[in-house]
Amino acid sequence: MDTNKNSYTIVYAIIMVTVVALLLAFVSGALKDKQTENVELDKKKQILSALNVDLKGQDAEALYNQYIPQAIIVNSKGEVISEDKEAAFNIDIARELGKPEAERELPVYLAVVDGAPKYILSASGAGLWGPIWGYVAFNEDKNSVYGTYFNHAGETPGLGSEIAEKSFQSRFIGKKVMNADNLFTSIAIVKPGQTDHARDYVDGISGGTITSKGVEAMLENSIGQYEAFLKQTTVEGGTQ
Amino acid sequence: MSKLFSAKTREVFLGPLNKNNPVTVQVLGICSALAVTAKLEPSLVMGLSVIVIVAMANVIISLIRNTIPNRIRIIVQLVVVAALVTVVSEFLKAFAYDVSVQLSVYIGLIITNCILMGRLEAFAMSNKPWESFIDGIGNGIGYAWILVVVGFFRELLGSGTLLDYQVIPKAFYEMGYVNNGLMMMPPMALILVAVIIWVQRAKNKDLQEDK
Repeated sequence: MDTNKNSYTIVYAIIMVTVVALLLAFVSGALKDKQTENVELDKKKQILSALNVDLKGQDAEALYNQYIPQAIIVNSKGEVISEDKEAAFNIDIARELGKPEAERELPVYLAVVDGAPKYILSASGAGLWGPIWGYVAFNEDKNSVYGTYFNHAGETPGLGSEIAEKSFQSRFIGKKVMNADNLFTSIAIVKPGQTDHARDYVDGISGGTITSKGVEAMLENSIGQYEAFLKQTTVEGGTQ
Repeated sequence: MSKLFSAKTREVFLGPLNKNNPVTVQVLGICSALAVTAKLEPSLVMGLSVIVIVAMANVIISLIRNTIPNRIRIIVQLVVVAALVTVVSEFLKAFAYDVSVQLSVYIGLIITNCILMGRLEAFAMSNKPWESFIDGIGNGIGYAWILVVVGFFRELLGSGTLLDYQVIPKAFYEMGYVNNGLMMMPPMALILVAVIIWVQRAKNKDLQEDK
């Protein structure tokens, strides 16, 4: 057969793309459930990681149910919209941050560690090359950080990607997001050796300045959404 | 066995490991060699993925080589590579989620790896499936070992770790030893590749140009 004829070339191209499209559609369809399951399990692992839970060789699903009995959805005024644990879990924080402020639905995971309540908030932002996200667990006072988890889609290995390391994440433990006047200040990330007098700060990553700045902005924007929710209990616990 | 490994197939397999190395001699795939070698682990996984994908793509192209219309052969090759990479990445997401998260963008980067297109065009289009398979494995390993060597030195000297385990003792740091930050920067990958080329050329008279 003459493989150089125009008609042959066109028919060949049509058959090729059809076969490949069917193959890819089949593979994607067949593996979809398995992948969604993995993504959800991974999200649970990330949330647990903000509680500094050691997941090595553990059943993450069981641990998640053990540590996090309840999750709620709040709005930017701090009012509870829903107490559906599943619904809160399925919220995509990045999409919520793109909505007008009044419509945002923000998930709060209510965890219990050694009998003490912890609040895990969800965060999302941008690094140098792509999205970054994380979870921040607060102590009962809703002010000091109990633990954090950050991850990224494609930051530079060895530099920006260090935000995914526990050695960086643990720097936030005990830092406060409110100042003495009960104003939301977030937590600054400074170049190693520098200081920030106005608020609590941690050292950034050498060589990962833009990613560090991204984490700082993410905390300010995302945790800032929860400001009303965070202050609420400070009032309840403090002045009442 | 003797038929499977004739002198020619042996050459096809061993050539890319040294005298015809895709990275150091043909200077292909430099972009990814530079992007993923800051740590040893991604270098290993990237090398492994490329071995698998080059070998599979080579076999598929070799099987259909007589039917491919000449004018769209590059597009056919691209479609085969892109489909393979997508399938592999879907499988990783389903069955090895942690690895796929770690590789993130790198797995997609394989599509743009010049070694793949180079091998498909230069070898698989004119050779039988078995030889093409061996050629793919050979070139994949040729690419992988350079990545691993570069990744090894960059992680060791840049972070003081190997596969994220601390290998340079704490005592060194207390005596004033500092990790070399330059090692983490992309240019250092090129310099290390150049050093490998230097050593290789010094040892192989065949590779040296006439003065």
